[in-house]
Amino acid sequence: MNVKILINASYFVVALLFILGLKSMSSPVTARRGIIWAGVAMVLATLVTFGWPGMSNYTLMVVALAIGGGFATWSGKVVQMTDMPQMVALYNGMGGGAAAAIAAIELARGETHSTVATTLAVLGGLIGTVSFSGSLVAFAKLQGIMKKTFHLPAQNAVNLILAAVTIFCGLAIIISSHLAMFQISVFFLLALVLGAVITMPIGGADMPVVISLFNALTGLAVGFEGFVLNNPALIIAGIVVGSAGTLLTQLMAKAMNRPLTNILFKPITGEAQTGGAGIAGTMKEVSALDAAAMLRYAQKVIIVPGYGMAVGQAQHKVKEMSVLLEEAGITVKFAIHPVAGRMPGHMNVLLAEAGVSYDKIFDLEEINEEFSQADVALVIGANDVVNPAARTDKSSPIYGMPILNVDQAHNVIVIKRGKGAGYSGIENELFYAENTRMLYGSAQQVVNDVIKNIKEMSA
Amino acid sequence: MEGFAALYIFMLAAFTGYEVISRVPVILHTPLMSGSNFVHGVVLVGAMVALGEARTPLEQAIGFIAVLLGAANAAGGYVVTERMLGLFKTGKEGRPDKKN
Repeated sequence: MNVKILINASYFVVALLFILGLKSMSSPVTARRGIIWAGVAMVLATLVTFGWPGMSNYTLMVVALAIGGGFATWSGKVVQMTDMPQMVALYNGMGGGAAAAIAAIELARGETHSTVATTLAVLGGLIGTVSFSGSLVAFAKLQGIMKKTFHLPAQNAVNLILAAVTIFCGLAIIISSHLAMFQISVFFLLALVLGAVITMPIGGADMPVVISLFNALTGLAVGFEGFVLNNPALIIAGIVVGSAGTLLTQLMAKAMNRPLTNILFKPITGEAQTGGAGIAGTMKEVSALDAAAMLRYAQKVIIVPGYGMAVGQAQHKVKEMSVLLEEAGITVKFAIHPVAGRMPGHMNVLLAEAGVSYDKIFDLEEINEEFSQADVALVIGANDVVNPAARTDKSSPIYGMPILNVDQAHNVIVIKRGKGAGYSGIENELFYAENTRMLYGSAQQVVNDVIKNIKEMSA
Repeated sequence: MEGFAALYIFMLAAFTGYEVISRVPVILHTPLMSGSNFVHGVVLVGAMVALGEARTPLEQAIGFIAVLLGAANAAGGYVVTERMLGLFKTGKEGRPDKKN
């Protein structure tokens, strides 16, 4: 009896610390405290659970904890900051898989005694499995392992039919009095396929929103399994994360001005599209020397970073260049679009890592009015977020998304890896504009050349 | 957990999650997604109990995998979130550039 009371009291503290931790993480000032509190909660929950009465298989438990925990700690530490998004997808998928595995065990053992418990177990298993395979697909895509987006004929119909069949199997499990392993296996298998099939056609800037959705779904799955296991820590943590994650997903989708239904059912494919008439004009190239001159003799420069800067690991060089320009008396500001990069806040993280101070970084609403007074807008590896087609071209997949008014600057320099289409596969009118100059090359190399040239001009 | 009590808890937990996220600046969207990803890693605790009560080899195998996955979610989620939040060190100025 005493042990149970101790465990439940500890779980209460755990739930409290999780909630306080998440709350702290919602403000920049207290954010770092938040994860530590949540970490303490996790350690407490784990230690206390070792004392759960009636358990065996302790060796297996410790080995599993060591392998899973060890691998994840190592991989989390060695990846570059730019790869964070896919790691979040990976770990989230694993959480979903864990919830699904719990559901599988509970169903196989016939442990669920009421219809409600069985329903929750089945639901948790379904959501957890879909999140598992979907997140793994998301990881593969962002990591570059899966290059093309697979678009099945009548994709939405296939998704719906598959989902219906899976749900039907789930219902069969709920109403049957005697469960066979076969039924359970088929159900989980279908759910696995469903998760993968839903995620495969999604590409482009939609991926972060999908990862956030899977995060919320895993939270929900964990919450449901918590009800099945009668574990308050899982219930509270799971439902709080499920709800928080859902709102976060909606906020992200709103920042892109793409409703969630569009993202799921009308995804932007990876193939290059022209979305209407071809673009008039030509792309005009410029050398690092000319670009340096334009920058050096400007009075106001706005830098627009994008995924290309992340891939080229150019953030430190960009900071160096901005410092050089400022020493020459030029005003330098950074404009961050909400979905620049692969995740909201992606660019902010990189610039912070390079030591760019907060008061130089502005978001879309703050800086959009200033582009018309900027002498040079320097676009580094950004594409869709500065594409004017989003304002006017109704047939464009990005129509309606708010963009940075780069085209209003006196001059535009675009640093780009090559002549290919961007993440969404759409041609960018900005590149063909009269006052735009293209500077081809890998971001780090190009910015380095520009820095050298600026130094020579300032010497 | 009894029917209606469970419903109350569900509702209150859902409201809590919603409230925690409202009024979050965009720069914290990704760290918060990572942080909440870490928190649902507490599933590892449920997996421990499931494994602990497993009796047949099949149950033990699934339970082992469950604990492994749960531990990976928790550990990985913590490391990644901590790294992201490490960049919010000082409020007003960015960290001094390591290269200088």
